[in-house]
Amino acid sequence: MLRQTLAIFVKDLRMEFRGKEALNAAIAFSLVVLILFSFAIDPSVEDLKAMSGGLLWILFAFSGVLLLNRSFSREQANDTLEVLLSLRVSPSALLLGKSLANLVFILLVELIALPVFGVLYNVNILQQPLWLLFTMLLATWAIAIIGTVFAAMTVNLRLRELMLPVIVYPMIIPALAAAIQLTTLALNNEVPTGDNLIWVRLLVGFDIIFTALALGLIDIVLVD
Amino acid sequence: MNALLSADRLTKYYGSFPALRNVSFTVSPGQCLALLGRNGAGKTTLLKLLGGLSKPTEGTLATQARISLLGHGIGVYDELSARQNLHFFAAFSSVPLAVDAWLERVHLLHVADAPLREYSRGMRQRLALARAFMGEPNLLLLDEPFTSLDDKATALLQSLLEEALARGAAILLSTHQIPEAMSLATDILFLERGRLVFSGARPPEMLDDPTWLYRNHGAAS
Repeated sequence: MLRQTLAIFVKDLRMEFRGKEALNAAIAFSLVVLILFSFAIDPSVEDLKAMSGGLLWILFAFSGVLLLNRSFSREQANDTLEVLLSLRVSPSALLLGKSLANLVFILLVELIALPVFGVLYNVNILQQPLWLLFTMLLATWAIAIIGTVFAAMTVNLRLRELMLPVIVYPMIIPALAAAIQLTTLALNNEVPTGDNLIWVRLLVGFDIIFTALALGLIDIVLVD
Repeated sequence: MNALLSADRLTKYYGSFPALRNVSFTVSPGQCLALLGRNGAGKTTLLKLLGGLSKPTEGTLATQARISLLGHGIGVYDELSARQNLHFFAAFSSVPLAVDAWLERVHLLHVADAPLREYSRGMRQRLALARAFMGEPNLLLLDEPFTSLDDKATALLQSLLEEALARGAAILLSTHQIPEAMSLATDILFLERGRLVFSGARPPEMLDDPTWLYRNHGAAS
C-alpha cells in the first residue's frame, strides 16, 4: 500500500507541477484577496492581530478548495480511475496519495500567502514559527483529507465545482475554529497553554477521527 | 483446467433497475469470449463488475487473475509523457516491467518524453495498448476495443491479442464489431436485457453471418 500511495502522490505532483493550472489559480486568488482586504482593513488597528488567524484560514480554506476540485476530476478525463481500480489499486492508497499531494499544494499556497500577509498587514509572522507550522500542517491535513474524499464523492456531479465547497466547509468548521485560535496565538507571540490547549487537542483529534473515517468510506465511494 | 474467473449468479441493480440478472459463467486460460448484446443489454455493467469497478448486488465473483482493462477512454494521462505514464502504471505491477521495450513495440520510443498533448490520436491509442498489455495480464477485459482505432493501432491490437492468447491469457471482449471479434472468439456470451441467453462455443454460422445469434437467440427470435 505504501508503494501505491507513493506512486499516486508523485504522479499527482508531477501532473500539477507540469501545468500548474490549479496551483496558479489558487495562488493568484489568495494574493488578490489579501490585497483587497488590505484596502478594507486599517493595519494600524489594534484588533487586526486578533482577527489575523480568522482572515488567514478563511483565505486558506477558500483557495484550498480550488485545488481539491482537480484531485479526482483529473482521473476522469481519460477514464484513468477505472484503470487504477481494475489494477486493484487500493482505494485507501488512492485517497492517501491524493490527500498528501493536496496537502503539499495547499501548504505551498499558504507559504506564499503568509509572508505577503505579514508585509501587507504589518504582522511579524515569525514570532512562534514552530507553533504556526504545526497548526498549518494539522489544519491543512484536515482540509486535504476531507476535501479529497468529498472530491471523490462529487466527481461525477455536473455541478461539482459548486457542490464541493458547500459540502466541505461545514465539515471542517471544528478544524478551522481550532486553527484560527492557534494561529492568532502564534501571531501574537503566545504559545497555547492552559485552556488554549483544548484547540491543540481538538485539531489532533479531528485529524485522527476524520482520517480514519475517510479511509473507511473511500471504498464505498469509489466502488459502487 | 483451473478457471481464471468464475461468476456465479451475478446480479446488479441500479436503484430498482436490474442491469444484470443471474449471470453465471467461467473463463479459462486461452479462451477468448466475445461479449455480445444490444445497447443496454448489460455488457458494460458486466465488464465493470469483472474489472472491480463495481460490486454485484447479488452473486459472487471469484478470480485470482491479473486483470487489465481497456475501456472506452484511453486510460493514460495527457499531462504526462508516454514514458512517465508507463512507469506510473508499472509501479502497480508485482513484477518489473520493461517500459522502454513496450515503447519500442508501439513505435513511441523516439517521442517517449514528449507530453501526450503533442501526440496524434493514433499515437495515444498505441500508448493505451502498451499500457493495457505491458503487465502481461492473464485476463484482458476489452470494451469496444476496435472502435475508432486507426489502421496501425488495429493491426497492433490484433497481433497483441493473438500473442496474449498464445501465451495462455484469456480475453473477454465486448463489441458491436462482430466480424473482427469472430476471427478471435472461441466462445460467446450473449446478453439480452441483463440476462445471459447464450453461453458456449462460438457457433460456426457466426463466421459467415454476424447476425445469426441475434436472430436465433435474441428477444425477437
